[in-house]
Amino acid sequence: MGTFIARRLLQSLVSLFILMTLVFFLFRLLPADPTAVMVDAAMTPEQVERLRANFGLDKPLLVQYALYLRNVILHGDFGTSFFYRQPVFQVLGDKILSTIILGLATVVISYSLGTLIGALAAWRRGSAFEAGSIAVSLAFRAAPDFWIGMVFVMIFAYRLGWFPHSGMREIGYVATSLWDKYVNLDFLRHLFLPALVGGLANVATPLLLMRNAMLEVVHEEFVELARAKGLPPWRIIYLHAARNALLPVVTSLAVSVGRTIGGIVLVEVVFSWPGLGREIVLAATRYDFPVAQAAFVLIAAVVMLMNLLADLLYAYLDPRIVYR
Amino acid sequence: MTLNAREMLRLLLRDRLAVAGLLVLLGFIVLAVFADSIAPFDPMAMQRVDGRIARMHPPSQQFLFGTTDYGRDIFSQVVMGSRIALQVGILAALVVTIAGTAIGLVAGYYGGLVDTILMRVVDIAYGIPFIPFVIVLVALMEPSTTNIIVAISVLSWRSVARIVRAQVLSLANRPFVKAARVAGASDLRIMWVHILPNIIPLALLEMSFVTGWAITSEASISFVGFGDPRSVSWGKTLHEAFLAGAVRTAPWWVAAPGLAIVLLVLAIFFITRGLENVINPRLREW
Repeated sequence: MGTFIARRLLQSLVSLFILMTLVFFLFRLLPADPTAVMVDAAMTPEQVERLRANFGLDKPLLVQYALYLRNVILHGDFGTSFFYRQPVFQVLGDKILSTIILGLATVVISYSLGTLIGALAAWRRGSAFEAGSIAVSLAFRAAPDFWIGMVFVMIFAYRLGWFPHSGMREIGYVATSLWDKYVNLDFLRHLFLPALVGGLANVATPLLLMRNAMLEVVHEEFVELARAKGLPPWRIIYLHAARNALLPVVTSLAVSVGRTIGGIVLVEVVFSWPGLGREIVLAATRYDFPVAQAAFVLIAAVVMLMNLLADLLYAYLDPRIVYR
Repeated sequence: MTLNAREMLRLLLRDRLAVAGLLVLLGFIVLAVFADSIAPFDPMAMQRVDGRIARMHPPSQQFLFGTTDYGRDIFSQVVMGSRIALQVGILAALVVTIAGTAIGLVAGYYGGLVDTILMRVVDIAYGIPFIPFVIVLVALMEPSTTNIIVAISVLSWRSVARIVRAQVLSLANRPFVKAARVAGASDLRIMWVHILPNIIPLALLEMSFVTGWAITSEASISFVGFGDPRSVSWGKTLHEAFLAGAVRTAPWWVAAPGLAIVLLVLAIFFITRGLENVINPRLREW
């Protein structure tokens, strides 16, 4: 198991490294002048040059790349934000955890809802429940994530007033520690709606996969036996049959995580959730390249982290994969 | 069992949901083509009622879907927006399918080093989160419809390539390919004449998938504000709605464009599902 984890970790780090390189050259080679935001007409050419030198933009490209790598890997220094005039990591630091939490909550909701309803839909094959649940999940998948967010805010936040419409906690809240910051009812109330929106938007894949897997399991002999024994249906579905159907669903977890985190960007914007996604949109709007670049790399890192977790979960459920 | 085009169409038409999807898609295409005539007003023009700007009017006989905070007719915006949605959807899907199929074909047929390199590239592409990458790309380039199509295409080909390659791998070892090679056919000829026709149904299926995905992606990009400023798109209407606080005050502004997106993408989903049942006999529900 140890070598499996080490191998996957190494793969992820290599991918991350390649991604950092890709993003770096992408930002430098595309036709947008990063200093355009800070340069105003009154500046003399020498001042402009000094500004560019300050941000290291006057050095040759490969030197910039080497410096960038050294700074990021050795010091965790992503540079200075053009907009905030602060170190990038200071700007993004606490946003990483916010995005991870939202991402985890979203995946948990979508997969738990998906597997529970999918299993039930397979059990009730050909019923209105099955057709209805598939149709609803597909409708959620067809709808853009941000639009579902807007509609839910309309209904649940404004009309019904059940949940707050934006943010991560009430204004004026002072947190005494990291634990305090996240483990409280106010935070959960703020987390629920965005996570639900993301979860419903992505519920179709696990639901359909679980249903398909269960359809095959339901015909097996041990289910016949359980039925003959007179066990209640929910017991048969969830305690006996579902376990065997879970494997293909968990496989899809790794693939769907990437898509989910990508969609979280939109949910964060709609709910003003202070995470990496919203930050990358803001940074892109302001041409704040260091922040946009770093946020992008960090989002990719979060995706890889969750992929790794998904792989570990799969290895736990199906130990055969470890020895492949 | 491979089917020819007419048999595939006949089987497809038996699927009621797919037929419904086709009709809706056709409806949207007609809407887009004749948008200029169907839209009652200029989508970007401020409408006036009794000399005053028609701000935030709820749906009425005159303004079927209501008006925005600048008095623009939402119905006209939704009608005109169908053009961008279909343009981006179909063009991006075409580019992605052609590129992805070509790469999958080459990788699967030649195998070896070529395959490994190409698949490594695909793996890297898979590691890149889609929406953030597209946002970054469109922000770095000038936000125009063409650039949006490019940005969407740059990543979306990865799934087509993978699936086509898998299919090509299974085909490349079949007797008929070996026979062609023995007969002296060149690699290009084998790929083009023998393998490609068997790939086309799968490629079309993937193209169908990508179309829905491209439409949603374009709406998402426009929603965060990086859409083409000169065009009218559903995402852009929702962007303006969000900024104006319509979520609190003008539900019609939020509902109309969103429902249009849902309708179109669902129609494409059902067509795709129908195609999938036709192409993959194992899934067919007798």
